Amino acid sequence: MFVVKYKNLFFLLSAILIVGSLWSLWYYGLKLGTDFTGGSILEVTYSFPGVRPTADTVRASLDKLNLGPTSVQLAGDRDIIVRSKTLTEAEHVAVVKALPILTSDAPSMLTEKRFSSIGPTIGQELAKRGILAIILVVILIILFIAFAFRKVSRPVSSWKYGIVAFIALLHDLIIPTGVFSYLGAIRGFEADALFLTGLLTILGLSIHDTIVVFDRIRENLKKHVGIDFAETVGRSLSETFSRSINTSLTIILVLLVIFFYGATATRDFSLLMAIGVLVGTYSSIFIASPLLVVWQKWSSRVK
Amino acid sequence: MFQRRFFAVVLILFGLLLAYFDGYSFLASANPEAWFYRPFKLGLDLRGGSHLIYQADTSTLPATADIGEAMSSLKEVIERRVNAFGVGEPLIQVEQVGVGSAGAHRLIVELPGVTDLQEALKVIDVTPILEFRIERPEGPEKAAITKAYEDARAKYEAGEPISNDPLLAQDPEFVPSELTGRYLKRAQVDFTGQTIGPTISVEFDKTGGDIFAKITKENVEKRIGIYLDGQLLSAPVVREEIKDGKAQISGDFTVEEARTLVRNLNLGALPVPIKLISTETIGATLGQEALDRGVRAGVIGLLLVAVFMILWYRASGVLAVLSLGIYVSLMLAIFKILPVTLTAAGMAGFILSVGMAVDANILIFARLKEEMRHTDNMHDAISHGFTRAWASIRDSNLSSIISALILFWFGTSLVRGFALTLAIGVLISMLTAISITRTFLLAIGVTRTNRLNRFFFGSGIRH
Repeated sequence: MFVVKYKNLFFLLSAILIVGSLWSLWYYGLKLGTDFTGGSILEVTYSFPGVRPTADTVRASLDKLNLGPTSVQLAGDRDIIVRSKTLTEAEHVAVVKALPILTSDAPSMLTEKRFSSIGPTIGQELAKRGILAIILVVILIILFIAFAFRKVSRPVSSWKYGIVAFIALLHDLIIPTGVFSYLGAIRGFEADALFLTGLLTILGLSIHDTIVVFDRIRENLKKHVGIDFAETVGRSLSETFSRSINTSLTIILVLLVIFFYGATATRDFSLLMAIGVLVGTYSSIFIASPLLVVWQKWSSRVK
Repeated sequence: MFQRRFFAVVLILFGLLLAYFDGYSFLASANPEAWFYRPFKLGLDLRGGSHLIYQADTSTLPATADIGEAMSSLKEVIERRVNAFGVGEPLIQVEQVGVGSAGAHRLIVELPGVTDLQEALKVIDVTPILEFRIERPEGPEKAAITKAYEDARAKYEAGEPISNDPLLAQDPEFVPSELTGRYLKRAQVDFTGQTIGPTISVEFDKTGGDIFAKITKENVEKRIGIYLDGQLLSAPVVREEIKDGKAQISGDFTVEEARTLVRNLNLGALPVPIKLISTETIGATLGQEALDRGVRAGVIGLLLVAVFMILWYRASGVLAVLSLGIYVSLMLAIFKILPVTLTAAGMAGFILSVGMAVDANILIFARLKEEMRHTDNMHDAISHGFTRAWASIRDSNLSSIISALILFWFGTSLVRGFALTLAIGVLISMLTAISITRTFLLAIGVTRTNRLNRFFFGSGIRH
C-alpha cells in the first residue's frame, strides 16, 4: 500500500501544516467572539437598499455617547453592525436612537435585527467550560479506544492504538484552528461558541474514521492477513480506503451545502467542520495507521 | 421471502405515514385540533425573541437562608409576571454556576416573539410586593364602591359598556395597612396547627411585629387580606391580638399550596435582587431568514447525498436512499414528539447527521461488495456483510455519541440544540442502517451473485 510506503512524505506534509497552523496562531492569534470576551453586537437593517448612513457618520454620532471603543461595520446593502463593550439596556436604547436616519432622499426607517450583550463573566465561564469539554472528550475517546481494542495486544498493544489516536486528534484540532485563525485575520472569522462546538464535533468524526481503519486492522490481525504488521496495516487501509473517502465526501458535501445555502449563523461553523473532516480523514488514513507501523518497527528494533 | 417483502412494504408505508405526520402542520387544510397536529418547536434564533440572563445577588440573603428556595420563588414570580405579559411559551430556568463562594445563581428567561426588550424588562425587573390589607370599614364609602361594582356587573351582563368609574379601581373588601413584606422575617410551612391540613407560620421583625399587634388588636374576628403583587392570596380571620409578631395562617390549603404560599411570602420578605448581565434579541425577520436558509440547505443537502449514493452504489444506493428517507421522516417525527427545540445549529446538526447516516450504509455496502467476491450465495454475502460492518459502525458511532454528550453538558442552549440533534441522529441512523437497509436488501430477493448483481450491488466507476 502506497500509504505505508510513502509514509514519511505524508508525515512531512502534516508537519508543515501543523507548523503553519501554530505559526498562524502565534502570529495572528485567534479572534475571539463576544461569546467569550463579553461585549455587545447590534445589527440593524435599513428599509431601503443603499439608503443608510456611512460608517463614519455612525461612528461620529456614537462617539458622543462615550461608550469606549466601538466598531461600526456595513453589512449587505442595508445592514449596519455595531460592536462595543457590554451595554446596559439604557445604553442599548441610546445607541439605537443615535443611529442616524436619512430623510433627505427617501424615507429610511431602521429595524433592529439582533442585539446581544454578554457580560464578561459569562464569556469566561463559557471558555473555561469549552476547554474542559475538549479535554474530557479527548480523554474519554482514548479510554474508549483502549477499551474497544483491549483484546488486540500483538504486535502492538491496545494502549498504543489509543496514543496514536490521540496524536491524530491533536493533529485534527491544531490544523483547523490554525486555518480558522488565518481566516480570522483575513476574513474576520470569529471563534465563538459554535467554533468550540465545531472542534468537538471534528473530534468525534475524526475518531470515527480512525476507528473504522483500526477495526479493520484488528480483524485482519485475527485472520493473519499479511506477512508482517506493515503489510497487515497496508491491506487494512486499502480495504477501507474507498469507504473513508466516500464518507468524508458525503459529509463535506452536506457541510458545503450548509456553508453556501444554510443560515448565516452556521456559515463559518460549517466551513470549519468541512476543513476538520478533511483533515480528520487524512489523518486517520495517512497519519494514524502509518504511525502504528513506525512504532511497532521501532519497538521491535529496540528489543 | 413473502414475509420479508411484506415487512419491507410495511416499512415504506410507515415511512410515508411519518412523512404525512411531519408535514401535516404545514398543510393549508390542517386541523389544529387533530391529535397528530404538532408544529415544530423553533428556537429563539429561528422565530425571533429575547434571551435574558440575570445574576441573582444572593449576598443579601442571610447566611442561613435556603438559596435554592429563594431562587425557585424568584423563578415563580418571574413566571407569573411573564405570563401576565402574555408571552407564548416562555422558558424560565434557574441555573447554578460553580459551587461554594465562587458559585453564582442565575435566572435565564427566554421570551419567544418578544423583540421589544424595554417593554419586557419593565415587566420582569419590578420587585414583587407583599401586602397585608385590613377589611374596609362598613360605611358610605364601602357601600358606594360595592354599588359601583354591582352596577358595573349589571351593565356587563346586559351587554352595555361599563363606565370608567374611579371607584372601580378600589377594592370593596380591603384597604391597605402599613404592614408589607418589608417587615416579614420569615415564613414556613407548619403541621402543628389545630387543623388537619398544613398551616403557615409567619414571623415579622420588631417593627412589623408591633404593627401586626396593632392591626390584629383592631381587627379581631375580621379578615386580613394577604396580597402578593396586588392579587389576593388568602384572607385569614384574626382570632385575637397577636403580640409576638408571629402569625398562623390557616386555611384550606393542600401541602403543595402551602409550600407555594410560603415561598411567595419568603420572596416578599427576601426578594433576591437580580441584575441583568446578558441579553440577546433576534428580530423576527432574521429568524425567518435563518429558518428558510436552514430548510433550503437541508433539502439541497439531502438531494445531493441521494444523487451521489445512487450514482456510486447503484441498486444498493437506491435502497440506501429509501432507508435514508425513512430515517429523515423518523427524525422529524421525533423532533415533533419529544419535542426538540430546533435552532440554526440544531438544523446543521441534523443535516450533518444525514451525512453520517450515509456512512453506515457505505460501510455495509463496501463489506457487501467484498463478501460477494467470496461467495455465490447473495443471502450469505448480505448477512456476513452486515455482521462484519456492525463492529465498526458501533465503535465509530459510539465515539460520536461521546462527543455529543459532552457537548450537551458543555452547552449553552445554542450548542445543546446541535448536540441533541446530532446524538439522536447518530443513534437513529445506526438503527435504520442496520435494520431498514437490511430488510430492503433481503426483500429484493437476489439469491445469486452473478455478474449482473455484482454490477448492481457493486460500486464505483467500473464494477
